[in-house]
Amino acid sequence: MTRNTAIGLTRIAVIAGSIALVELLCQRKIISPLVMIPPSEMMTSLWHMFGSHKIWDDIAQTFSTVALSFVLSVAAGFGFGALIHALPRVRRALDPLLASYYSIPFFVFYPLLIALFGLNTIPLIVIGFVFATAAMVISTLNGLDRVPRVMTKTARILRLSPARAVWSVTLPAAAPYLFTGLKLALAYSFIGVIAGEFILSGGGLGFSIAYAYNDFDSQTMYALMMFVLLIAVVMNGALHVWEQHMLKKRARA
Amino acid sequence: MTQAWPTLDSRVLDGLVLAALFLAVWQGLYEYAGDAAITSPLTTVDYASSLVKTANFWTHAQATLAAFAYALVISIALGIVLGLALGFQRFAGDVAEPILVALYTIPKITLYPLILLIFGLGVSAKVAFGVIHGVIPIILFTLNAVKNINPVLIRSSRIMRLSTWQTVSTVLAPAVMPELITGVRVGFSLTLLGVLIGEMFASQRGLGFLIINGINLHNVRITTAVILIVVLFAILANGLLLAFDKRMHRTA
Amino acid sequence: MNLAVAQAPQTAQAAVHARLRGVTRVFEGKLSVHALGPLDLDLARGEFFSVVGPSGCGKTTLMDLLAGLSEPTEGTITFEGKPVHGEVPDGIGAVFQEDASFPWLTVRDNIAFGLRRAGVDPAEIQRRVDYVIGFMGLKDFTAAYPAQLSGGMRQRVCIARTLVLQPRLILLDEPFGALDQQTRLLMGDELLRLWRETGATILLITHALDEAAMLSDRVGVMSARPGRFIDVITTGWPRERDSAIVADPAFGAVTARLWSLLRSESLKAIGAKG
Repeated sequence: MTRNTAIGLTRIAVIAGSIALVELLCQRKIISPLVMIPPSEMMTSLWHMFGSHKIWDDIAQTFSTVALSFVLSVAAGFGFGALIHALPRVRRALDPLLASYYSIPFFVFYPLLIALFGLNTIPLIVIGFVFATAAMVISTLNGLDRVPRVMTKTARILRLSPARAVWSVTLPAAAPYLFTGLKLALAYSFIGVIAGEFILSGGGLGFSIAYAYNDFDSQTMYALMMFVLLIAVVMNGALHVWEQHMLKKRARA
Repeated sequence: MTQAWPTLDSRVLDGLVLAALFLAVWQGLYEYAGDAAITSPLTTVDYASSLVKTANFWTHAQATLAAFAYALVISIALGIVLGLALGFQRFAGDVAEPILVALYTIPKITLYPLILLIFGLGVSAKVAFGVIHGVIPIILFTLNAVKNINPVLIRSSRIMRLSTWQTVSTVLAPAVMPELITGVRVGFSLTLLGVLIGEMFASQRGLGFLIINGINLHNVRITTAVILIVVLFAILANGLLLAFDKRMHRTA
Repeated sequence: MNLAVAQAPQTAQAAVHARLRGVTRVFEGKLSVHALGPLDLDLARGEFFSVVGPSGCGKTTLMDLLAGLSEPTEGTITFEGKPVHGEVPDGIGAVFQEDASFPWLTVRDNIAFGLRRAGVDPAEIQRRVDYVIGFMGLKDFTAAYPAQLSGGMRQRVCIARTLVLQPRLILLDEPFGALDQQTRLLMGDELLRLWRETGATILLITHALDEAAMLSDRVGVMSARPGRFIDVITTGWPRERDSAIVADPAFGAVTARLWSLLRSESLKAIGAKG
């Protein structure tokens, strides 16, 4: 078999093996049921929860908050990125800020946002937005930087109007990097919103996990934790596959 | 002829303009939302400077710093060791890398209840929160640093008949150092974030606790002041690490 | 040494297609760089003109100015009688040294790109694209993506994309620079074939003296920076020519002449960089 196949299979084996190991340790009570319930129980508990409408309310709330944060941050991130790219002096001034952006623990602003906007989804959207926008700005700047000069020259030789040039040449050329920004924006929106719901919120999946924890309800808690984990993996995995597909035709052989 | 290149003056000026803009927005928020929601820049700075003189503040600050220090040491040690192992053992590294990247994108907060159940409500839980945030980027950066070691360096050391120790200490270590430092820098910020979040959720001590407690007690003054202190610390520390990082990359 | 062998130079009688007069280009910055000029050039309609010169002498700048991609600091440029002012006029096509094929489009879509943006009617687009694809030998590759093609093929796609717009003046900036020698020679023949069939005026920038000597009606030799024409050599080759011209003894003489002119300029260019 090829090396890539071997790697893929080993990876599946490692993941499956770890889950199986945990399952075994839980069944044998080596891991106390007070600490963790077996993965199989988590799945069945989750399955049953899909019957009740409580989880669907949570899903709707969390997903809509994440979606809003994502859309806003991608739009703003791209807009700002393009603007900053066109103004070199502004870019130079903002460079140190962008470089240290993710060293600031933005999360600590969350309580302040609640004080400002109330205990609703607005602070969550703001936190997700603040997290995600910078990633989109950085990716946009990166992408626009990497449009080969010869492409821009070609657009001019073909006498494209500036708007046309951006739409038909600049954007497709920068697309791979913009896509990276998209992936990061989604991941950060998701992380920001769930963390916020967890710490202090009135609803959503994060809130329900914290509530179940405080209520000593392991069944619900672990079911939801597993669900969030699965969503994160599936979401990022899907984007990754789409990206690979998009890049395949561009890959220099 | 117009001046096309920035002098030091214009950069400092731009920085000041940005700072002024930020303060203006802050003041604006204060005007809009009032004392119950946020304190003005002036009040905050004033309160913060008196806060750092109290013993109470330092009790909490020490709790945070202690937990952070433990978490950072563990993250760095674990991160570098695992990163090196996965980097040199190429197959294991290739298997593990996507798994690590996936773990990076999972909201780690969902693991917090598990951490609390394992470690209980104390310092160890906070340290664990910090570690799970900070260790992954360090592993990934170290792994990639090893992967990117130019094979010609190893061939050159063999030609020069260097001993294993010499090869490692004089050729390989300097080769991976820049990437490693970048990883540690990222890990630093994330470890701090992890510890703070841990304190916000499940602790009676620490700066994170002070922040959330302020909101619960409707004492916005202390919340804003502690946030300011924490953010300034983060920016300063990162600035120093960034300067160090840049120097390491220059000599690479 | 006059190399006008068989025919008298055509430039005096033929219509002037493009004209540069007293053109200089200075780049502003921390230090201003006098990149080009002052230089004069008359391009006759339908001629094949090459520009050779040491590196950094401003050959690419010259092409950018002629195409309207940048503006001269001094002097005038006219194309088909109308001034060129930092805007690309209709009727000019360009092929660059770097690969400018769009990796996100198939070969066919790449070639059709300019026509589609210009709003040409689809039946006409189809007709012209098919013709150019056949002409450039890309028939088997229409559905492929540039990443799947060799460097030479990608340049053919770029040339095809330019041709399909039926330009009257084609500018080429070291288009074969990244290719191996054999492929270059073959592409040179293709270029000549294309030139004869379209009747376009061609300005080729190259650092390969043999290529310039082999392909052109006239060769302009540029000095080291700031570039000016030290001499313009007329080869006098017949229109129906290909790379077999290397057997002609006059070919060696042209190449030798080019090198003797360039040698001291090239030394200057290196010295200037030291």
